[in-house]
Amino acid sequence: MTLALKTEALAKRFPAGRRLLGGPRTFVHAVRPVTLEVRQGETLGVVGESGCGKSTLARMLVGLLAPSEGRIEIEGRALDKADPVAFGKLIQYVFQDPQSSLNPRKTIRAILEAPLRNLHGMGRAARETRIAELLAAVNLREEFLDRYPHEFSGGQAQRIGIARALAATPRILVLDEPVSALDVSVQAQVLNLLADLKAEFGLTYIFISHDLAVVEAVSDRIAVLYFGSVVEEGPAERVFARPRHPYTQLLARSAPAVGRPLAPGGEGELPDPLDPPPGCAFAGRCPKATDICRHTAPALRPIEGDQLAACHQPL
Amino acid sequence: MNLFAALLFRNRLAAAGAVVLSIIGILALLTPVLPLQDPYTTHMGSRYLLPLSPGHFLGTDGLGRDLLSRLMWGTRLSLAVGVVAAVGAGTIGSAVGIVAGYFGGRTDNIIMRFVDMLMGFPYILLALAIVAVLGPGLMNALIAVAAVNVPFFARNIRGITVGLAHREFVDAARLSGKGHLKILVTELLPNALPVIVIAMSTTIGWMILETAGLSFLGLGSQPPQADLGSMLGEARSAMITSPHTSMVPGAMIFLIVMSINLLGDGIRDALDPRLRSGALARPMAATLVRRKTVPGPTGEGLLRLDDLSAQFHVGKRVYRAVSEVSLALAPGECVGLIGESGSGKSVTALSVMGLVASPPGVITGGAARLEGEDLIGAPYERLRSLRGSRVAYIFQDPLATLHPLYKIGDQLAEAIRCHHPISRSEARKRALKLLADVHMPNAAARLDVFPHELSGGMRQRVGIAMALANEPDVIIADEPTTALDVTVQAQILALLDELRRARGLAILFITHDFGVVGQLCDRVAVMYAGRIVEEGPTAEVLAAPAHPYTARLIACVPELGAGRRRLPAIPGLPPAVDRLPEGCAFAPRCEKATEACTKGEIVLSGAQRRWRCIHPEPVA
Repeated sequence: MTLALKTEALAKRFPAGRRLLGGPRTFVHAVRPVTLEVRQGETLGVVGESGCGKSTLARMLVGLLAPSEGRIEIEGRALDKADPVAFGKLIQYVFQDPQSSLNPRKTIRAILEAPLRNLHGMGRAARETRIAELLAAVNLREEFLDRYPHEFSGGQAQRIGIARALAATPRILVLDEPVSALDVSVQAQVLNLLADLKAEFGLTYIFISHDLAVVEAVSDRIAVLYFGSVVEEGPAERVFARPRHPYTQLLARSAPAVGRPLAPGGEGELPDPLDPPPGCAFAGRCPKATDICRHTAPALRPIEGDQLAACHQPL
Repeated sequence: MNLFAALLFRNRLAAAGAVVLSIIGILALLTPVLPLQDPYTTHMGSRYLLPLSPGHFLGTDGLGRDLLSRLMWGTRLSLAVGVVAAVGAGTIGSAVGIVAGYFGGRTDNIIMRFVDMLMGFPYILLALAIVAVLGPGLMNALIAVAAVNVPFFARNIRGITVGLAHREFVDAARLSGKGHLKILVTELLPNALPVIVIAMSTTIGWMILETAGLSFLGLGSQPPQADLGSMLGEARSAMITSPHTSMVPGAMIFLIVMSINLLGDGIRDALDPRLRSGALARPMAATLVRRKTVPGPTGEGLLRLDDLSAQFHVGKRVYRAVSEVSLALAPGECVGLIGESGSGKSVTALSVMGLVASPPGVITGGAARLEGEDLIGAPYERLRSLRGSRVAYIFQDPLATLHPLYKIGDQLAEAIRCHHPISRSEARKRALKLLADVHMPNAAARLDVFPHELSGGMRQRVGIAMALANEPDVIIADEPTTALDVTVQAQILALLDELRRARGLAILFITHDFGVVGQLCDRVAVMYAGRIVEEGPTAEVLAAPAHPYTARLIACVPELGAGRRRLPAIPGLPPAVDRLPEGCAFAPRCEKATEACTKGEIVLSGAQRRWRCIHPEPVA
């Protein structure tokens, strides 16, 4: 199977505590070197809590943010410079908040035309036909074209956001929390639409969310991010059912589910990003942590088959 | 547009400004066709004639020229200069501001430091310097005044642009292949334009004043041509002997500048979105109550709602946010109130203590009884003594509910001292105890931190500690874990569960998450379009929902461990609560709906389990 997307040691650090003259005092490592492979036609779920670097990773993947280190390859082509125009035809982004991702002063037509005109240089007639196709694909009526974003509900606005991403005819869609701003009944509609579009256009998805159940329902494989690093990666049916990293286990146990008693997974929160611990970032919250965990950061390694975990003492 | 005009003219001063300004503007436009004398013809025989002299309505100046005619031509000139200078300064300044705000970083730094330098000069000095270089003359005065005002626009628009440039639609435009110039012109400019136009219109007044200042000093318009400033300058020598020559242009400057400023303030307020939504109108201390009858208590309960209805009256529209909600809480019981956004669950919770903002909120019926005492329509003093002490709230976002400028310990102490007259040190001790009760790590040190120094989970612990401060009987928790990460959510839910079991607290838990309800609540009520559609013991409702809405809502929520699958979505959208259909509000989306579902009132029936449906799902 061919690879749709590959990252090699992709990392991003932001300067923090800038001095008056000279360089920054220190760096915050938002994303530590991440190596990922996404196969053609696959959905890779990326799970993590706030501050784990999942949005930074997504913005690097679509070229909105230049990586500090590492490289991105899409369908075998290396994209060295963070340039949304070069990335745009191959990979597109669907935003979390559908309302704020649509310019309030532009009609839906103007929003959908932008990628057709700028990325593909289409003429007026070609754009008309393409827009009609796009609207049909996301189940919206053509009469919506001359309206403004505030006239739409969250679910409709997200469909417009998806249509805009599709307009560029990308091979890959990065979906950054695409349903977390929506009500549950609408959430299911959008998830099903995404599944249909994937089949129809042969797309590859990178689906980012904090909602484990949603990710499990849509993904082939899942990567769990903690404190900027991938701590576990594996087939969707196994990652939460049989977690290997204690953090994944904590996540899976914390997810509220009907018919399961409350099980608080220990106290504690993320470490301070300005003063990261030397060893495993999870050691401070981990019930199994030993000396080696506190001193040496574990590398991501295969535990069983294609299930990988970055842990000195996997479960 | 009509709304804008209505808001603008509700402000009497702004309306007066608009009237005065339009009269002056129309007269200035009509000046060339009005039957005025020539403003430049001198009559040395009729110098300094007083106003109301024959042939000279406002008298004459030191060279015997008709003052009325000079005033009109001068006004015309001053207005034109003001408008041109404002447009010029606005255009250049906004362009600079947008570029600086969008690119940020070094570009922003260099541009803005230069702008700061310009601002550091006293403006009149800078204008004098510019005129000194270019030479006197009205055109050069105009350029000087415009240049001096560029920094004002640059700063203003940069601020707006910085806010816009980080919005997601700008990222989306970049991904649509738009270059920097296209983004500046087609994405950012349309959003900044209203601010630019308002800033321009409000600065015309200054521009006129500043040009008048330069002309007064003889650096602006050159004789015989006169603007209002140079008329004042020429009249200066006769200020004592013939004061009318300076009062006439002075009064006109006053009228113009005053009317522009009043109108400008009015426009700014009318366009302020907060004013539009009614947020700047001060809400009343307790929700307005307008009910015809008070229903008797229909059962027992520490807190019970009987047929509670709340509406929002906005203009002619009536939003029926909550319709006849009945619900009871026993001591130590946790009841979940579940629904999607707009279902009325939060309004129900806020109505209990009269916390729905009025206007536009109105409680139109029903009762909320705390141990038999009706809280709806209770005097404000009574409500205040109960808020926090008997019934406490926990909200979704503790960052928004905690005061950002006070330390945690002081805020907790204040909450305690509101209801208990104890000393500061005593209150501080209790605050420490409260933080320990909610398992705040390192509680003693946390008393002296500010809310922003805590993580979301820690802040919510403070929110809970504050709710517990006066040992209430009932806690109403409005989506307290929605903004939190799952691992932190689990910690907070466990804490709430522990507290209610240890203290016998009754909790009304509002959420949209069935998983949370399933773990925490004894009973659950499901709301749809302002009504309770189903209620019963949590385990029974979740295992075998009776109302089709509950059933389908549960089915479309993915559950961990169920694997990869297609979710059975509910087609359509909930109805708008200002246009509720007759019969069952869910009928248009329901597969089982029949004609009977769209007629008349469908009642909530049953005892231990109740549902509002004539075709319920089979219940064991």
